[in-house]
Amino acid sequence: MDDLAAAFGQAASLLLGFDAELIEIIGLSLRVSFMAVGLAALLGLPLGAAVALYRFPGRTLLGALLNAFMGLPPVVVGLVVYLMLSRAGPLGALGLLFTPGAMILAQCLLVLPIVAALSAQIVADLNEEYNEQLHSFAAGPLQRLATLVWDGRFSLMTAILAGFGRAIAEVGAVMIVGGNIAHSTRVMTTAIALETSKGNLALALGLGIVLIALALAVNFAALALRDAARPRYG
Amino acid sequence: MAEPAIETSSILPLRLESVSYEASGKRLIDGVTFDLRAGTRSVILGPNGAGKSLLLRLCHGLIRPSAGNVSWAAASGVAVPYRQAMVFQRPVLLRRSVAANVAYPLRLRRTPARERHARVEEALSRAGLSALAGRAARSLSGGEQQRLAIARAWVMRPEVLFLDEPTANLDPAAARAIESLIDGVHASGAKIVMTTHDLGQARRLADEILFLHRGHLLERADAATFFTKPKTAEASAFLKGDLSW
Ligand SMILES: Nc1ncnc2c1ncn2[C@@H]1O[C@H](COP(=O)(O)OP(=O)(O)OP(=O)(O)O)[C@@H](O)[C@H]1O
Ligand SMILES: [Mg+2]
Repeated sequence: MDDLAAAFGQAASLLLGFDAELIEIIGLSLRVSFMAVGLAALLGLPLGAAVALYRFPGRTLLGALLNAFMGLPPVVVGLVVYLMLSRAGPLGALGLLFTPGAMILAQCLLVLPIVAALSAQIVADLNEEYNEQLHSFAAGPLQRLATLVWDGRFSLMTAILAGFGRAIAEVGAVMIVGGNIAHSTRVMTTAIALETSKGNLALALGLGIVLIALALAVNFAALALRDAARPRYG
Repeated sequence: MAEPAIETSSILPLRLESVSYEASGKRLIDGVTFDLRAGTRSVILGPNGAGKSLLLRLCHGLIRPSAGNVSWAAASGVAVPYRQAMVFQRPVLLRRSVAANVAYPLRLRRTPARERHARVEEALSRAGLSALAGRAARSLSGGEQQRLAIARAWVMRPEVLFLDEPTANLDPAAARAIESLIDGVHASGAKIVMTTHDLGQARRLADEILFLHRGHLLERADAATFFTKPKTAEASAFLKGDLSW
């Protein structure tokens, strides 16, 4: 118990003192996950909307795969990306392994199915409601897509936030492809794993507190978005 | 689009030839033939479940007939879908403001912003919705929502306006407001095709009646004739208020 109390005390002083190493680690975490989720949203949103709206060969299979891949184990994604980026792999020439770039790629792959599958569901539901009216307006396929994405933007934002929550909290993928190198690829989750194993509970706990605060903030943001949207757009 | 010859050539009459519609093995519209000419207000009358909504959807092109033909008299090259509009039995309002809802179909048609603003303003004021322009469309009352749906259809200057039970579930005052709005659309030159099962409304609005019963078009007559001398037993029973499906 004393250990725990002491660890909390030290964690608080690290946080309140804006400890340089702590800030560096938090900064890299945010940068990697923001980039990964931004990329995943850029690809996953149109992909999900296309699966929801357009008929093309393999559409059903793609939809099923996206749903199945929502729960991909991060270590497996990490392993696959590792194999691709390792010197002998197909993307080895890029020299990305053990850099933040590799971590962004791995998290993006992890989050992409989540964003795409949730977007597909959101767009499909809204399309069901709007379908006849849009048909009556003679909206073209791209106009339809743009309308559904715009009118569904608050729900779609929550899908993206769900992806961010998953990315920032995972440890397996970034550990494998990043290597947890100090001042280079160390992020909150990998640092927590390392510091805990070294018995450096204060730093681990400090990072854990920040991680939980971030997770809470993401959820509150999602709720706030929903509440802000309802009275204004119904 | 800007060629005057195309602008002025009418898409009417609309012709339905032996049109049938089947779903889940049932023949819901059965061999209906008629044409709809410009100018008049045509009211499709019939009890609940007669197939009025289906017939309107067939006319507007939202569903395809299982057999038969729906054809417009448009010259080739005329964008027929852009020349008609429909107001649904349950209005589908976009998750946007009242004004944005009215502007929406004009945006789809790439109407220049200046003209768009002017037309939206005019449509809103005709529908008595100017004061509500900034409100979320889906927060309006039932009557206001229906007026908005009509304003949004009217802003497109359709040559034909289809309305499906535009006053169902509205109180008499709200229904009157809708009826006078429809009158205004008609006065501006649009062909009106609407369904109702409200006899009073049919008497007030109809120039001609198409009486639909269990998917069959039993009668078609000008309104005065239909209401005074119905030809079929079903129509007489419906007019007396005791037609059961
Ligand atoms: N997709 C469908 N599959 C099976 N039955 C259908 C389908 N669409 C409509 N129907 C049936 O066809 C009949 C006619 O429907 P429709 O909605 O056109 O009636 P209506 O005359 O508009 O009735 P109301 O006055 O209640 O609006 C109804 O019995 C309805 O249940
Ligand atoms: Mg109906």
